[in-house]
Amino acid sequence: MWALLQNFIIGIQTGAVYALIAVGYTMVYGVLRLINFAHGDVYMVGAFVGLTLAARMGFATAASIPGFTLIFFFTLAICAVLGVAIERFAYRPLRRAPRITALITAIGVSLLLEALAQLIWGAAPQYFPTMELFRLQPVRIGAVELNAKYFLILFLSLFLMTALWFIVTRTRVGKAMRAVSHDHEAAALMGINVNRIISVTFALGSALAAAAGLLVSAVTNVKIDPLVGVMPGLKAFVAAVLGGIGNIPGALVGGLVMGVAEAFVAGMAGGKFSTWRDAIAFILLILILIFRPAGLLGRATVEKV
Amino acid sequence: MIRKLTAGVAVVAAASVLAGCPPSGGGASGGGSGSGPILVGYYGDLTGPTATFGTSTREGVDLAVEEINQDPPLGRPLEIRAEDDQGKSEQAVSVVTKLVDQDQVVAVLGEVASSNSLAAAPVCQRANVPMITPASTNPQVTQVGDYIFRICFIDPFQGSVMAKFAANSLNAKRAAILWDAKSDYSKGLRDFFKQTFPGQIVAEPSYSAGDTDFNAQLNAIKQANPDVIFVPGYYTEVGTIARQARDQGIKAPLIGGDGWDSPKLFESAGKALDGSYFSNHYSAESTDPRVQDFISAYKKKYNGKVPDAMAALGYDAAKILADSLKRAGATDGPKLRDAIAQTKDFAGVTGNISLDADRNATKPAVVLQISGDRFKYVETVEP
Repeated sequence: MWALLQNFIIGIQTGAVYALIAVGYTMVYGVLRLINFAHGDVYMVGAFVGLTLAARMGFATAASIPGFTLIFFFTLAICAVLGVAIERFAYRPLRRAPRITALITAIGVSLLLEALAQLIWGAAPQYFPTMELFRLQPVRIGAVELNAKYFLILFLSLFLMTALWFIVTRTRVGKAMRAVSHDHEAAALMGINVNRIISVTFALGSALAAAAGLLVSAVTNVKIDPLVGVMPGLKAFVAAVLGGIGNIPGALVGGLVMGVAEAFVAGMAGGKFSTWRDAIAFILLILILIFRPAGLLGRATVEKV
Repeated sequence: MIRKLTAGVAVVAAASVLAGCPPSGGGASGGGSGSGPILVGYYGDLTGPTATFGTSTREGVDLAVEEINQDPPLGRPLEIRAEDDQGKSEQAVSVVTKLVDQDQVVAVLGEVASSNSLAAAPVCQRANVPMITPASTNPQVTQVGDYIFRICFIDPFQGSVMAKFAANSLNAKRAAILWDAKSDYSKGLRDFFKQTFPGQIVAEPSYSAGDTDFNAQLNAIKQANPDVIFVPGYYTEVGTIARQARDQGIKAPLIGGDGWDSPKLFESAGKALDGSYFSNHYSAESTDPRVQDFISAYKKKYNGKVPDAMAALGYDAAKILADSLKRAGATDGPKLRDAIAQTKDFAGVTGNISLDADRNATKPAVVLQISGDRFKYVETVEP
């Protein structure tokens, strides 16, 4: 019983990170109908940029609350600019090209980012050193013992997604974003600067992916290498489709469902089925495409002829 | 993963185009015959997730070649052609094909990871070029054919060393195993540990190399309440596994094999592995003059760096090759193969090396304990 609860919590924590990345996929799809395959690599760049900034600042300073906050916002800003640049130079020239052209370009951008990261930071894994700031005590709930650092990631992820939700539903930019996602031409006729709104979308999505990369690697000290974004990127893509691509709450739901499904597959029956852990993501994807192609929260749309 | 595959194909294609450009060795003097240097191939992961394996081995090989060339075998100096396989099996096949077909090397040294050695060994076997792997411990590697040798112990032995150590020295009755489903090395060690461990195996979840989140598997292990956790993986993942185990409040010691050996282990694990144990090929703390001479020569060449076991094995592999060349008196495949096969009581840094009929080395293993920032010698286990 407690083991199940613990598995569930572990799943929610992993899922929140997937959700954070999935939101970027979903937003870009919403405004451009494009799967931005380079998105997972922005996660990786976020981790590397954070590590570089922390090393420049000195890890002692970086481990303080103001120090880490500074690094956090700088990393988000740098990756937001990266996202805007990717859109400006790779996708905008292809806005009127067939969708498949843009899709292939996205794969190209992904490979470019991985190769550039290898050039800049090398292929060997790097790690954040243990930082005092994140040396947190375990939390006990009944027989469940969990480390507080995972809750920290969970809460920060949920906070960032709430902030995004607020921007999209309660601000003028958000309203414009939703208008653009409905119809570019109509939005432009209403005086909305479509290019600017698309840039903002990329900036926000990339910042969230970078936040995920930085948080995971800084708080839990996992490795950072040029390919570290590939798997989370793929899983987040599946999460976005699972929840209904183009749908922001859907990305959250999809991420959490994926995280929990993975945790159960990896952890149940003494780990007997753990080799199925990565497969479950794609099994879920296939099932959802068969039975509910629009996703859990998506609405089926009628193609207008 | 289709895009990765396409990328791989593109890289391989590009590499073979580039490789075709320079005249490599030239037809006549291609490694074997002639009077130029004797070309020897080396392949390993000089970059990638377990890059210290490849780079350490290379450093050991280079040091050995430097010493060998003061009195070269057959009066011709050795020249190493090194290739980076990035730790990928498919890349290993392509670079070894290049070494064998284009550079026409007389022998190949490498790899560390058993999966990569297994991938490339058939290339050497088909071309009748002897391959000596310094550190691949999976039994299947040398079963590829009679041109494939190794100078390290094999996993049935290594697995039994750690199983006995857990049972006798750590008094463990219940063991859990966390293994890497992508690695032949890890699977082999898991099986051999299970065969020898006298107590109960309470859980054996797996992960995939490259994973960064092991919490769900560790939770399964935690529920099973083991006395010891056997993690037959590579250092990149082991450190993270240890951190996440300690974060979940798992107190049982972790034990593992030679895949843990890397100076990078401390970076990935922080202090989480303090007090854990692993089996290895040699201990830098040995007082044997052979070991101490090697360590001081290595430190001199590489700015005070302490050699890990991969460096020591790379060094021994190159030395054994030179010794065999001397005994063979020729560089052609069959003669060289026979000479290597006859290696007996070779005094290596990693112990006395004799090759058996299956082309494996019979050697003792050492158990090391991780203590602060060093690997403390615990005991030597004879085969």
